[in-house]
Amino acid sequence: MCLAIPALVVRELEAEEAIIDAGGVEKRVSLALVPEAAVGDYVIVHAGYAISRLDPEEALRTLALFAEMQGDGQAAAA
Amino acid sequence: MKHADEYRDPALALLLADKIARAAYARPQYRLMEFCGGHTHAISRYGIADLLPANVNMIHGPGCPVCVLPIGRIDNAIELVLQHPLTLCTYADTLRVPASDRLSLMQAKARGADVRMVYSAADALRLAQEDPAREIVFFAIGFETTAPSTALAIRAADRLRLPNFSVFCNHVLTPPAMSAILGSTQAQGSGGAGIDGVVGPGHVSCVIGSRAYEPVAEEYCRPVVIAGFEPLDLMQTVLMLIHQINRNRHEVENEYTRAVTREGNAMAQELMEEVFVLRDSFEWRGLGEIADSAYGIRQKYARFDAERRYGIARRRASDNKACECGAILRGEKKPADCRVFGTACTPDNPLGACMVSSEGACAAHYSYGRFRASAAAQTAGLAL
Ligand code: SF4
Repeated sequence: MCLAIPALVVRELEAEEAIIDAGGVEKRVSLALVPEAAVGDYVIVHAGYAISRLDPEEALRTLALFAEMQGDGQAAAA
Repeated sequence: MKHADEYRDPALALLLADKIARAAYARPQYRLMEFCGGHTHAISRYGIADLLPANVNMIHGPGCPVCVLPIGRIDNAIELVLQHPLTLCTYADTLRVPASDRLSLMQAKARGADVRMVYSAADALRLAQEDPAREIVFFAIGFETTAPSTALAIRAADRLRLPNFSVFCNHVLTPPAMSAILGSTQAQGSGGAGIDGVVGPGHVSCVIGSRAYEPVAEEYCRPVVIAGFEPLDLMQTVLMLIHQINRNRHEVENEYTRAVTREGNAMAQELMEEVFVLRDSFEWRGLGEIADSAYGIRQKYARFDAERRYGIARRRASDNKACECGAILRGEKKPADCRVFGTACTPDNPLGACMVSSEGACAAHYSYGRFRASAAAQTAGLAL
């Protein structure tokens, strides 16, 4: 019930609802709790409601941290 | 899948495993509790425990909503729908939880009760709008992840002046449960179920923010790192926890910054504040009564409160005697410690709540861990 994956907002509907794409599965969810989410954004959906909009800059920052680690790892291995 | 695949790189996971192994030198044991069932699921699914050195142990926490719901509350729901001509709507997982007298909501349905599975609180509200002649009760369970949507449904019912909609509210809060667990393990000293650090809930934190755990970390001097749900998120979180433990720090850190902020979702918090009120105390399966750990419905919205409307009284009921769910939820035992695990109790025929939901520790271990563990034991020449 608490398992959620990042879903792409595909199309906005009326009444604060939207169609999202979660790993290839389309679903109708409510954006009422995340009104700032728009088409093209990724959101975390729980029991039919988006509860958070993913911050792409923060995602890049986390990934950059991992990439740096990989660089260090390769340097250490070399 | 974007925002997921990037966090599953096996080479990076091994690199992190190496870093963890080198960091975990300062103590004979690092006992880390993943509070949330979503993390338990991910740890089993991706075999994270196998990547960790022998002295870093992951302990399952109570963060599975159907697992912590005491049997008495399910008995209440069953009684409600068997005794009144109403429709009870609830999430799929709740239907299969074993209750007293070998009943479950699913079996109540087979006996003719009108029990319906819904995907969201909004579905239940819609049913009430579509069929004004029918009383609709939404059996609401879950942590701070689902509570805002229940609050939204109640507020909408109020605005629509829906006379036939009410909520049997069972929403529980994670920070008080984390305090209860850390408090009890602290009392037992550093042995036993002692916990050195906590992998903090990711999705609950989307709603309440990472700051909600700051008082807990401070009071019990234990680090909390809010984690995402992919393998690299979890490995990185373990590393962050070990670094904190080595340095005797106990701060709330956030690994899941792409989804979680310190403040959380202000709109969802306001909604919960508007509609709910803290109960003085609430019973959790395995953890017992915990003060200020659950939401009831505010007086202002009393007419949507099924407990008031139908006079639902508190019931005490005991768990199946063979079931070790209580000890598992407290982090004292593991699924394999249960005598009936995988024999009398399986996901198809659960005896206890931890085997029902995919977030339950027993279900996660059964689906992903059991066969691997037995294969490993066989290679080691152990008869199972
Ligand atoms: S295996 Fe079944 S009976 Fe045993 S603790 Fe888990 S859920 Fe309970």
